[in-house]
Formats: sequence, structure tokens, C-alpha cells
Amino acid sequence: MADLYRADVLISCLHGQSADLAPTFRQEIERRGMAGEVRVVETGCRGFCSVGPVVSIQPDGEFYVNVQPADVPEIVEETLVKGRPVQRLTYKEPTTRKSITKYDDIPFYGKQMRIVFRNTGLIDPQSIDEYIAVGGYEALGKVLTSMTPEEVIEEVKKSGLRGRGGAGFRTGRKWESTRKAKGDVKYVIANGDEGDPGAFMDRSLMEGDPHAVLEGMAIAGFAVGANQGYVYVRDEYPLAVKNLNLAIQQAHEYGLLGEDILGSGFAFDIGIVRGAGAFVCGESSALMQSLEGKVGEPRSKHVHATDRGLWDRPSCLNNVETLANIPVIMLRGAEWFASIGTENSKGTKGFCLVGKIRNPGLIEVPMGMTLKEIIYDIGGGPPRGRKVKAVQTGGPSGGCIPTSRLDLAVDYETLSQAGSMMGSGGMIALDDRTCMVDISRFFLEFLKDESCGKCAPCREGIKRMLEILTAISNGDAKMGDIDTLETLAKTVQAASLCGLGKSAPNPVLSTLQYFRQEYEQHITEKFCPSGVCRSLVAYVVVDDKCKGCGLCIKVCSQESIAGSAKQPHVIDQATCIQCGACFDACRFDAIQVIPRSQVELLPKQEVHA
Amino acid sequence: MNGDRVNQIIDAYGGDRTSTLAMLQDIQREYNYLPREALELIARRLELPPGHVYQMATFFKAFSLSPKGEHICKVCLGTACHVKGGAIILEALEREFKVKSGSTTADGKLSVEGVRCLGACALAPIVVVDDEPHGQMSSDTSIKLVQEVVSGQVAKAPAPAEVKPAVVRAAVDLSAVPPAG
Ligand SMILES: Cc1cc2nc3c(=O)[nH]c(=O)nc-3n(C[C@H](O)[C@H](O)[C@H](O)COP(=O)(O)O)c2cc1C
Ligand code: FES
Repeated sequence: MADLYRADVLISCLHGQSADLAPTFRQEIERRGMAGEVRVVETGCRGFCSVGPVVSIQPDGEFYVNVQPADVPEIVEETLVKGRPVQRLTYKEPTTRKSITKYDDIPFYGKQMRIVFRNTGLIDPQSIDEYIAVGGYEALGKVLTSMTPEEVIEEVKKSGLRGRGGAGFRTGRKWESTRKAKGDVKYVIANGDEGDPGAFMDRSLMEGDPHAVLEGMAIAGFAVGANQGYVYVRDEYPLAVKNLNLAIQQAHEYGLLGEDILGSGFAFDIGIVRGAGAFVCGESSALMQSLEGKVGEPRSKHVHATDRGLWDRPSCLNNVETLANIPVIMLRGAEWFASIGTENSKGTKGFCLVGKIRNPGLIEVPMGMTLKEIIYDIGGGPPRGRKVKAVQTGGPSGGCIPTSRLDLAVDYETLSQAGSMMGSGGMIALDDRTCMVDISRFFLEFLKDESCGKCAPCREGIKRMLEILTAISNGDAKMGDIDTLETLAKTVQAASLCGLGKSAPNPVLSTLQYFRQEYEQHITEKFCPSGVCRSLVAYVVVDDKCKGCGLCIKVCSQESIAGSAKQPHVIDQATCIQCGACFDACRFDAIQVIPRSQVELLPKQEVHA
Repeated sequence: MNGDRVNQIIDAYGGDRTSTLAMLQDIQREYNYLPREALELIARRLELPPGHVYQMATFFKAFSLSPKGEHICKVCLGTACHVKGGAIILEALEREFKVKSGSTTADGKLSVEGVRCLGACALAPIVVVDDEPHGQMSSDTSIKLVQEVVSGQVAKAPAPAEVKPAVVRAAVDLSAVPPAG
């Protein structure tokens, strides 16, 4: 058993700027002669990225934010020696500035529920002992010693668990099909490709709790009758690859992977395959092609992967988050799991809550929570002075949900009916400084690059849609173009070969559904009210509001703004590139976005540099 | 390019064709691009048509077929970084260092490129210089950072230390697991 310590110092945000924190803590603790009493643990992501690096002290749960190496002696002296919090470093409630000492009392965490991310941020992901100490591999032990594969599948079916990789396929059913498929050799594959740009849940999971994924895979292997598993990981996540590798090696040494696991006669091994940055490789058939060492092009789906997948053998592909739910379901039971969430969406979902929001980070909430609660209660709402305009979910395959519909609950059906989708868990808050035409254009540009080009509707359709969107944002489009765009979108949706093409029109269709008027404004008024489509806008100073503080002069990378202190400043339209930095910096709302066509009408102003 | 090194990489995977992707990744990591001779060598050793290897090298975004500069600056253009102005940072860097995104300055010192999501979206916009990520950047801070790195004021980030495998104990305590049956 692991040694006992009086206290643990948990340090998170290892891909932030906290590399020096742990050594500094260890040194200081050593210097104070407490090396045997207090242990320093480098954990995975705690999710509260905007205040990282964070440090928490167990068992009392003091929680310190934005910790720098220089703060370490004070934390050691005050908290570890004298047992009191360091007020200076606690989290402050943004509106009241009230200091909150304990982790559980912070609103960002208060509404969350951690099942998948039960251990991330709390244990050292590079130590199997820590995983075991918090109940890890107990589920595998239980399954191997007291359950039949059919019972395991039944339990997963009863739990109502659905795939977290996007489409929400019922996990129990997928396992059952794989189990029933003919063939001696079967595979379990974990999808850790996380292609959605703007999401990092799977990364945090693989980095912060790799054993949870491995344990889920081993249980899946036992249930479907597979002896070999693969984890397909994005190559951009080197720490995930490293921690998974280490975890596999440790599990082997403990006899939790390999031949005859826990004396049950069941053998299971796991290999890691690195992807190489192709979004389409997250799609199941493309992923399997890539695993076989080929170029990742999808195949048509008349044969299911559960019958003939990797190397034409029955294969069960699950997202890593789906798999990390499995051990908990096995231990706490299907009824417990099914009691969380909504009628058709059970359990929790991890989201990567980012964009124009005060508390961006990694969150996990029970299914059925409303978008409003997520955005305002957990995310803290939009930044000062801005308004939430829409929430984008589902990444490039999803859509935008307008503020008027934020009381929608997060579950698979509700989000799809609203024209978006659950997706793998990207959730991006957009404010009134985000242009909906630009967002559509952004996703289509991404998808144009990522389309493998195998089928024409996707390859050509996306390109043509992108052309129209580019014309709209440049002010070169005419009214009928929106209808053409819509027709094209529906064709691509209906005729594409794989999920990439079928879902590619979603960003366009959902923004057209809710923000058509904004598209029209770009065409008829040649104006982008958000100030994003640069050929259509100009930034000007509102003289009565400008206090002459000079902040805009400082942020302007073009040196296009001039003016003396306390006098209204002036933007030189000839050199301005409409980047909007001045708009975002101004504290007095003194910068205004106007249609470009009105620039000529402005009174001529002298600019003195 | 060092043919022996490429041969070593191929051997590390036992010359197995299904590991072509992994070999290309290792070569990319070693040279920051895929030299033509390396691709030809792989094709020869694995008895694959050169076109097949070339197809893989061009299909995946992680690969580059031309050499990169001494320093590499990647600007994230993922969704979170896009809405927070990643593209504007990239443009500012292009202007400042007179280099187009995806290429290298004339003196070979700096490559600038836009990439898709680096998995640190909460700190958007993200700029990575020589594998070191920097969050919440602006055009100004990015330009300053790159200037410092290129002029040698900031040393290249040291290679991350190898993880020491945790001390593994002989027995696992599974007493909590109910017995069979
Ligand atoms: C274009 C495209 C990209 C995808 N990318 C991912 C991904 O990055 N991660 C993932 O888990 N699933 C992704 N999927 C979904 C997978 O095809 C598959 O449905 C999923 O991994 C199955 O696991 P689940 O049942 O646990 O959700 C993608 C699908 C499509 C069509
Ligand atoms: S979008 Fe830039 S790091 Fe994810």
C-alpha cells in the first residue's frame, strides 16, 4: 500500500506555465523538514483554465489560483505549517470579490458533476497506485471474477449509456452486435482523435486519468470477446501518448493487462496508434483504415464495423469518454447511472466551454442541464459589457443555438432538434462581436481542407458553399445567393458518403435558420454589424464618448490612431486594417463600427502621428 | 538527410508496413519535414509504390514536404482561437516578419504557420513558439515574443525531462473485489 501522508499538494495545469511549481514546492517542503509528511502531486487538468495554474491542498481542500513559484514559501508557511488559508491567492467571486477558500464552494465547480473526470486533477496520472487507491481496476476485478460477458452488456444497456463521440449511439447495443458478430478475432478501439477544433476534453482525460480509459477498454474487450485493443490518439497530444504508454506498461506489470488477467483466463492487450492531424480520421471507417496503415478515407456504411471493421474483423469503436464511464457503471450499477440525466440521455457529459466567456474551461455536467445554466452559472456569462449571441456546439458538424433558446436542455435529441448536435463536447460561447456568416465560413474552410475528396458532393459542394460565404462576407453577393447556398447545403447533407459531408452543412443551415437577417444585412446593406467582415466595416471614434485615455493608441498594431491626452482620438482610415483591437480595448464604448461605405461621408480629419 | 537514421526509424518498427504513418511521424519530428529521399527510402524498404508513401505524406496535416526554419511559430486557428482573433495575430506576424503563413523567412530563421486547435482552447488565442505554448496572446505580445526568440534572447525550450516510471509495487490490493462466483 502507498505510504501515508499528512497532506497532499495537488498541482494542475501542466501544460500551462506551472512546470517550475512542483520542484519549487518539493524544495520548500524539504527545506522545512516536512518531506515525509507532505506529498507533492502533479495532476491533470482541473478544468478551471482561466485561473491556472491552480494548487489545492488536501485533505482540507484549500484552493489557490494563479499560483507562481514565488508564492510557494507563503503557501507552505501559512497553510501547511499553520493550517490557515492564504487569502491573497484564493478565488474571488468576480461580482462580489468575495474570497472563496474551498474548491467545492466555487460556483464554477458547484453545479458540476464529475463521473468521467472523477480523478483528473486529483491523482497523479503517471501512477497506477494512485488510480488503484481511488478504486481503480476494482470494476475490472468485479467483472472478471463475478460476471459473464452477457451480464456486462446487459448492465451497459440498462445504464442507457450512449456514445460520447458525437452521434450518441447506444453503447450496449454496439457491444452486443460486436459480441454476436461471427469471428474469432475481434477488436476494441478507443477513439482519442478529438478532431473538433475548439475541444480538449478527450485530451484532458487521456492525460489526466489514462487508466480509466484502459480499464474501460479491458471491460469492453471482455464483453465483446476481444483480446486486443487500440487507442487512436491525436499526435498533437504528446503528453496523452506518454501517459497512456506509461499506464499500459504499469498495468502489464500489475497483471491488469496481458495474459490471464487476475487469474481469470482472460487476455487483453492495448496498443497506441498516433493519428496525424486529419479530422476525417475521427470517423470510424477512416480511423480503421488509418489503423491499418493506410490513408484515412471513409468507406460507405453498408457493412457495419461491428461485423467487419479493422482488418475486416468485428470491431467495437468507442470514444474515450464513453469508455471512461464504464468502470463507474460496473461498480455503482446501471440504476444509479440511469438515475442521472434525462429520459433518453443518461449520465453526464464533459464539455469544453470556451469562446467569449468569463470562466472558460473543462466542465462536466449532468445531461439535461440547460445551456443557460452552463453559460451563466458555470461559465460566468460573457465578458464585461458584451452580450451572448449564440452557443456553438458539436464543432464543425454542429450548429449555433441563439440566446433566445438557451433554456434548451443539453441532451442528444434536444440539441439535434434545435439544428445543432451534442458532438464530442465543444461548446463555444459567441457574443455580439462574432459574425454568423464568418463562423459558417470558418467551419466550411476547415471542412474544405479536411474533406478527403473521395465523394463529389462533399468535395465540390463544400467548396461552392465556401465561395458563396466568402462573397457574402466580402460584399460581393446578391440576394439569390442565400437560396443557392441553402439548396447546396441540403444536397451535400443528403448525398455525401460519410458523416463529415453529411454534417458539414450544419453550421450553415443552423445560422441561416436563426440569423438569416444577418446574412441579408451583409448583402443588402453591405454591412457586418459585428465588425468582423473587414471589407464591409470601418472603425471610428465617437468624439463625445472618447476620454482621450490612449489605450487604443497602445493596442493598435498599425499605429493608425493618433490624438493627444484627454482629446478625442482619430483613426486613420487609410492605414486601418479593421482588426478591431481598439474596439475591444476601449472602456468607454467610444469606438463604433460603421459600414465601410460611410467612410467617405465622414468629415475629413487630420491625423497627427 | 542521414539515411542511417531513417533506416533506424524503419527498423524500430520492424519494417512493418502498417506502421508507415508512425515512421513518417518520427521522421517529421526528427527533421521538421519529410525529405524526399526519406520517402523514397521508406518506399524501397517497405516495397511500397512511392506514390503510396507520397499520398500519406500529403494526406495528413502534420507533415511538411519542405524544410522548416530554425524557429517555428504556430498560430492556432481553431474555433476558440478564431473567435478570439487568432487570424489577426497570424496576419500581424506575416506583416511584421515579411513571411507568408506556411513558409519560411528568406534567412531561414523563422517559419510561421496557422494550425488547427492545439487543445488549450480555454486560453485562446494560442501561439506556439518552438513547441512552447503561450496563451491569451495579442498581435503585439506575439510579435515581441517571436522577436525575442529569433534574436536569441530566449533560449529554445529545453527538451522535456523523461518521466520516471512510477515505482511499481509487487502486489495489487484487490481485497475489495468480491470473489468469483
Ligand atoms: C468527420 C467525423 C469526425 C469524427 N471525429 C471524432 C472524434 O474526433 N472523436 C470521436 O470520438 N468520435 C468522432 N467521430 C465519431 C466516430 O465516427 C464514432 O461515431 C465514435 O467514435 C464512436 O464512439 P461512441 O459510440 O463512443 O461515440 C467523428 C465522426 C465523423 C463523421
Ligand atoms: S482552438 Fe486554439 S487551442 Fe483549441
